[in-house]
Amino acid sequence: MSLKSRSVMVVGAGIAGIQAALDLAEMGIKVHLVEESPSIGGRMPQLDKTFPTNDCSMCILAPKMSESVRHPNIKIYTTSIVDSVSGVPGNFKAVITEKAKYVNQEKCVSCGLCEEKCPVKIDDEFDMKLRKRGAISRYFLQSIPSEYTIDRRSCLYLNKGVCRICEKVCPAGAIDFDDKDKQYEINVGAVILSSGIDTFNPIHFGNFGYKRYPNVVTSLEFERMLSASGPLGGHVIRPGDHKEPKSLAFIQCVGSRDENINHNYCSSACCMFAIKEAIIAKEHIKDLQPSIFYMDIRAFGKDFDKYYEKSKSKYGVEYIKSKVSDISQDDEGNLILKYVFENGEIQYKKFDMVVLSIGLQPRNNITELAEKLNFNLNEFGFCRSDANTPLNTTSEGIYVCGAMNAPKDIPESVTTSSGAVAETLKFLRLERQDLTDKKGAVPEMDVSGDRPRIGAFVCHCGINIAGVVDVKAVAEHAGTQPNVEFSGNLIYACSQDCMNTIKEKIKEHNLNRIVVAACTPRTHEPLFRETISEAGLNPYLFEMANIRDQCSWAHMNEPELATAKSKDLISMGIAKARELKPLKRLPIPIDPRAMVIGGGLAGMTAAISLAEAGHEVYLVEKENELGGNLRNIFFNFEDDPQELLADTIDKLRKNRLIHIHMSTEIQKIDGYVGNFKSTLLKKGSDQPVIVEHGAVIIATGADEHESKEYLYGESSRIISQVELERMMKDKKFPGGRKPQNVVMIQCVGSREEGKMYCSRICCTKAVKNAGVLKKMLPNANIYIVYRDVRTYGFREKYYSELRGKGAMFVHYTPDNKPEVALVNDMDPDTQVNVTVFDPIVNRNIEIKADLLVLSTAVDAKKENLDLAKMLKVSLNTDGMFLEAHAKLRPVDFATDGVFLAGLAHGPKDCSESITQAKAAASRAMTFLNKKAVLAEGTICEVNESRCTACGYCEQICAYNAIEINKEKEVAKVNDALCKGCGACVASCRCGALDLRGFTNEQMFSAFESLDIINVMNE
Amino acid sequence: MSNWEPKILALLCNWCSYAGADLAGVSRMQYPPNVRVVRIPCSGRVDPLFIVKTLQSGYDGLFVSG
Repeated sequence: MSLKSRSVMVVGAGIAGIQAALDLAEMGIKVHLVEESPSIGGRMPQLDKTFPTNDCSMCILAPKMSESVRHPNIKIYTTSIVDSVSGVPGNFKAVITEKAKYVNQEKCVSCGLCEEKCPVKIDDEFDMKLRKRGAISRYFLQSIPSEYTIDRRSCLYLNKGVCRICEKVCPAGAIDFDDKDKQYEINVGAVILSSGIDTFNPIHFGNFGYKRYPNVVTSLEFERMLSASGPLGGHVIRPGDHKEPKSLAFIQCVGSRDENINHNYCSSACCMFAIKEAIIAKEHIKDLQPSIFYMDIRAFGKDFDKYYEKSKSKYGVEYIKSKVSDISQDDEGNLILKYVFENGEIQYKKFDMVVLSIGLQPRNNITELAEKLNFNLNEFGFCRSDANTPLNTTSEGIYVCGAMNAPKDIPESVTTSSGAVAETLKFLRLERQDLTDKKGAVPEMDVSGDRPRIGAFVCHCGINIAGVVDVKAVAEHAGTQPNVEFSGNLIYACSQDCMNTIKEKIKEHNLNRIVVAACTPRTHEPLFRETISEAGLNPYLFEMANIRDQCSWAHMNEPELATAKSKDLISMGIAKARELKPLKRLPIPIDPRAMVIGGGLAGMTAAISLAEAGHEVYLVEKENELGGNLRNIFFNFEDDPQELLADTIDKLRKNRLIHIHMSTEIQKIDGYVGNFKSTLLKKGSDQPVIVEHGAVIIATGADEHESKEYLYGESSRIISQVELERMMKDKKFPGGRKPQNVVMIQCVGSREEGKMYCSRICCTKAVKNAGVLKKMLPNANIYIVYRDVRTYGFREKYYSELRGKGAMFVHYTPDNKPEVALVNDMDPDTQVNVTVFDPIVNRNIEIKADLLVLSTAVDAKKENLDLAKMLKVSLNTDGMFLEAHAKLRPVDFATDGVFLAGLAHGPKDCSESITQAKAAASRAMTFLNKKAVLAEGTICEVNESRCTACGYCEQICAYNAIEINKEKEVAKVNDALCKGCGACVASCRCGALDLRGFTNEQMFSAFESLDIINVMNE
Repeated sequence: MSNWEPKILALLCNWCSYAGADLAGVSRMQYPPNVRVVRIPCSGRVDPLFIVKTLQSGYDGLFVSG
């Protein structure tokens, strides 16, 4: 492979595309991020909350959006489509067309006047048509880029040649009706597709009355209703009469699991989506009764079942296992649901409002894209990828992530993104990056000892602040504060020209501290810090006063008090700024090698990915054989798992950069990101080996649960699914005879008190094994006794196939478990009688089983705890490793430099393990591809003359960043480990510790800055 | 003193409560304007001295959230 490039094109800028772009950019690769809509963000901005943590969707996404727009290696093309891709992997030529926006993006200040005055009012797609927007508009409130664009389909001037009102009202002169479509030709080494999914439109579907009955809405419409920043401001009302609903029905699988519309797949996310909406709606309306009509509740992800259970116990959500066949409407707009139970019984119930849980389907333009880029679609019209190469399209050099190749939730999408990045690397030329010496960087001025000369800037933020707060008065007030040499207003402080103004004023007035009163430092502080460092100031000589998010927006009806508050906030900022000191960020060198713990499928895959990108890897396996759990899997739907195992081992062994340590235990891991030192001990040896590496990937796997129920172990005919696979492979069954009656019991050791999680793979495994049995023994009777059949995604197809072949599915509930008795308890090979209540015939049925197969849980490994302690990472309540963020950092840990893949994270199948392993490798490489990273400047410092080495801080530090130096009898801070929380400072009894950037002096200065007592006396 | 309003200082953790206060703004939730927020890196940073100092400075109440 001789062709290698330094850039990649990512098509689609939802969370999947954004994550892929960020990972590549961090590795030093140039990314062209192409998005069809006017803003990056994709689906996530439409969501109010995310399950199972109820995080605000926009709040967790926004930092990633800002990061990608700020990243020097990412170029964003919005309102753009890919026209063609030609050439070969490593050297593709792509043509991108950027549609005319008719607004000069450099001039637009996003004030919103144009949309206010635009005479056209059309349905807003982002808000699911619950709101009107102008022909000129911003895609959504927090759009990035935030500039307005004109929708050429509805603009009066562009269609009829009259109007041009926006041009007249625009204060910035940004409207440009001469704007033309632009074409770009770029060279890239690989392409990542992440253009997402559409939702099913239920308008002509079923007898649900969507669009005929006003109070029937889709789950996405309901999501916008729930959203506080949505069109209804978070007040849930019936669209028909604006009354608050008191009863709410969710109908699941609308447009999913339906062969009639070629949607014979499960959309994977809608069960959890409905549970979440039911919970949030209940939080909005205390006396609301939400009911969910479902076939199976598929809460198969990590910690999902706990959320499901909580919805019942804490929020009283009612679950009705039945099929809704018809909805009618009464005179008051209430909806009468007709639904059928499994046993054929029909019932009716009245609801105030109905939410249709609409499924996911391929994007409407996917066929067009597939033709242009020459990749194949699968039978359902999604981008085709195969189980063992889940990130590849059928076109070499073009990879896929997100929900484009199968319905997925957010964390899985993010995982596939990082995974796809790992796949592109073989066509890219990676170079380890130096700490970026920016071109023409301004040398830092030494301001130590200088009297503070503060510059205070007050932002209008268009009308966002200036519409409420008297910003001129605030700036004048700032000017009266001690040490303020300059104060002034800026229309949009974060716009390029205003930032230039700040830099000019620094020079003009010789300013050495800057305070900006604007929005929140959580999103904008990095930008301003960067700006002042471009003017030669240390970036830490900066302070923000939050007068938008925490003032003008929160006190919209009290402008005078909001102005007074803004004055106080800027005074406090100025007071703190007076005490600010320049801080240094120390470089931490990064060792490019990695250690992978665990030689199963995930560990081996991660090691291969790392090594193929040029990193040396130490693979540590406890046992004397590679392969882990994959060694026990002999069947799959489409391919041979043993072939996958052999291929993977072969690749691993052939790669000279991988050092395999078999039968080896890890005794100790010291160090921190970039600089780990691990002590390995081979079984039978007393000579420990020490290896040094920059990152760690945990891929230690999980165990098969050993059942204590259903008389497991008392007859050779009571076996686990793993044992069944071996029997089927050897074609040897207990008693030497082919089994006639086979019973499988699901959820053995899962979804129960104390182990409230779904083992995710067992339903599919049971369906798979039953299918294999059925092929082997066509006359065998197979009964699958289940709680919910969780064959998510395209696995649904195999489930319905198996039903078609005559396998019987019997539903049970945990309070009425099947009973098992031995036919002859003297015979070790005895048959067993299984008694189970069958809701279809409404009585107990008894099956004399030749084989009883228990679908046992995936258990966390006991050893996880030791490893977690060694690496200072956490476990969840089930003993699985806990990732840094359930949604957006699914393979990272809160501890830098440590990553996670495979069953150690939670139950998952081979394909998912492969994806996650590649993702972990790719996330590790975002560090390993750098020669050094910078530690944060706001870290703790020790005044050694005051320290008594009492050790209190050492105990309190959650990051093990403080150690007592026994010889010198003082506390020592490890700059690389310190997260700057300041807990140690508060605990220090001798005042020896302080937190840079938040020192006592700085904090007191802020506290004491307001003349509150005098104000009160007035 | 009938229209007396207490002045409250809020020490909010950057990662949760300060973010929550931002979200309240983004969501346009309205609350009384007599609170002044100081951002802290973690509620663990709150030294007992902070409480003494703020009350000494004349605040009527202190709100620590993290």
